[in-house]
Amino acid sequence: MSHIKEIQPDVQIVPAQPQVKVEVGQALPEYINELTTLNLGPTHPATHGVFQNILQMDGEKIISGVPTIGYIHRAFEKIAENRPFYQITPLTDRLNYCSSPINNMGWHMTVEKLLGIEVPRRAQYIRVIAMELARISDHLICNGILGVDTGAFTGFLYLFQEREKIYDIYEEICGSRLTTNMGRIGGMERDFNERAEAKLRQFMKGFPAVMKEFEGLFNRNRIFMDRTVDVGPITAERAMNYGFTGPNLRAAGVDYDVRVMNPYSSYEDFEFEIPVGHNGDTYDRFMVRNQEIWQSYRIIEQALEKLPEGPYFADAPEYYLPPKKEVYRSMEALIYHFKIIMGEIDAPAGEVYHPVEGGNGELGFYLISDGGRTPYRLHFRRPCFIYYQAFPEMMVGTTLSDAIVIMSSLNVIAGELDA
Amino acid sequence: MKLTNRSRKTDKSPMTIAERLYLPAIASGLGTTIKHFFQKKPTIQYPEQKREFSPVFRGLHVLKRDEQGRERCTACGLCAVACPAEAITMIAGEREPGQEHLYREEKYAEVYEINMLRCIFCGLCEEACPKAAIFLQPDKIAPAFYERDEVIFGKDRLVEKMDDRASVGIEKYTGVKS
Repeated sequence: MSHIKEIQPDVQIVPAQPQVKVEVGQALPEYINELTTLNLGPTHPATHGVFQNILQMDGEKIISGVPTIGYIHRAFEKIAENRPFYQITPLTDRLNYCSSPINNMGWHMTVEKLLGIEVPRRAQYIRVIAMELARISDHLICNGILGVDTGAFTGFLYLFQEREKIYDIYEEICGSRLTTNMGRIGGMERDFNERAEAKLRQFMKGFPAVMKEFEGLFNRNRIFMDRTVDVGPITAERAMNYGFTGPNLRAAGVDYDVRVMNPYSSYEDFEFEIPVGHNGDTYDRFMVRNQEIWQSYRIIEQALEKLPEGPYFADAPEYYLPPKKEVYRSMEALIYHFKIIMGEIDAPAGEVYHPVEGGNGELGFYLISDGGRTPYRLHFRRPCFIYYQAFPEMMVGTTLSDAIVIMSSLNVIAGELDA
Repeated sequence: MKLTNRSRKTDKSPMTIAERLYLPAIASGLGTTIKHFFQKKPTIQYPEQKREFSPVFRGLHVLKRDEQGRERCTACGLCAVACPAEAITMIAGEREPGQEHLYREEKYAEVYEINMLRCIFCGLCEEACPKAAIFLQPDKIAPAFYERDEVIFGKDRLVEKMDDRASVGIEKYTGVKS
């Protein structure tokens, strides 16, 4: 056992270094200008998801940062090449899991664009309601967690009660809460039922009070403003050069919104404003998201009021499943049922790109079909991937605690970053 | 940059003197907290108290029997094809004479397994089934597992028990009596 003793050095407790007073003309001790390498992530408790940033720190100041991606890369684009179109919807659930209905609807609309299906207005309005609910829940999470990162846990808890109510509405519409798999190619899987409507109306009644309370706690709070104003600003030019979209670009002062510039799913029917910020700092991003929640609330109000009667799915028997009662009874319906489920429907060859305004930016689906039963190539344009590239530039020169706040206000979701 | 006429600047005015003081904010914040003391609690005490699921909730799978207690599944394999997670496997068998009271059709699933670790509860198997055999129950959720071999659910755990029929609203959904 003697060799073990040899390799174990005597443990010496090094006393903490006394604070060094540097006199003029005196050489600096060696460790003064020493940089520290800090691994922020991949499992850091302050980051929301699996992100790794290798930071060079001078004391508490960040000198440089190298982000790493791919910790939850699941090769969705490759998996999608071997799946019939309807089976890709569950994959899109898992992109930005804070607002999965938007991803689902965006994918359905992409396929409908390729196939040339016109969706009835009722289905479009139900989709608008689901998408705006998803936007509210996405922004609630982002703003609530920004509060947690600046040291205010209370607002987060109050907002999460509302998010639970939104998830209850999802559950009534589609049957699941987080990974929704909502809607089908050519419409919705079921009509907007009374239970969902009752829950939605109840939510609409109670939500403004909670949101006002949250805004009262945060918007003009000194600690919050000190922590966020002029932290991590980005100019409109830099933001556009990176390819920013969504709330983060609007915070920099550019009023680009896919819902207005390139309306889809009847968004041209609704009146809403585009909130824009001033210099793209963390406070602007927070305020833009807060205002967008109110605008989404307005859109849902209008959609509920104007919800048209009619069918909730398109007349496209080659792509939309026949009703179950028909499947048990008629031969033709059963044949279509088998053909759709087995994925034996050949899509026309072509390329489509369909952007939707996702929870945190322009979520695009670039679909290339070679006339087969699966996509030849599918690319998700994921806004988080673009924001994360700008993150090193935004955090250099700030302190570590500010970097956490910047990251949380950019709302980078790990599932969407890595796809 | 202005692209539309719908934009509106958010409020970012500098803090007033009243806002610069910490004390009013602390008082109003405490007021909010105290107000919530006297409000209805949103918490659910889970194991004793359970929240109500929606009637279309996608919970634990069940393989339904018909009104005479015969298994509905004919092992057509459509659910396994539709499954995006490739969680379902099955082996088909032929019904022997004398087994008419067990299986509805001449072909039945000898082995039917769902790997609950793979399953993502998307509900596509229920949608794919042309025989109203597999359903995701709205009132039961998949249990937690302690062992790896508990994860693969065979027919012993999937087929509904005659004394404990699963409620899936089958009449409303399909127009067929359970």
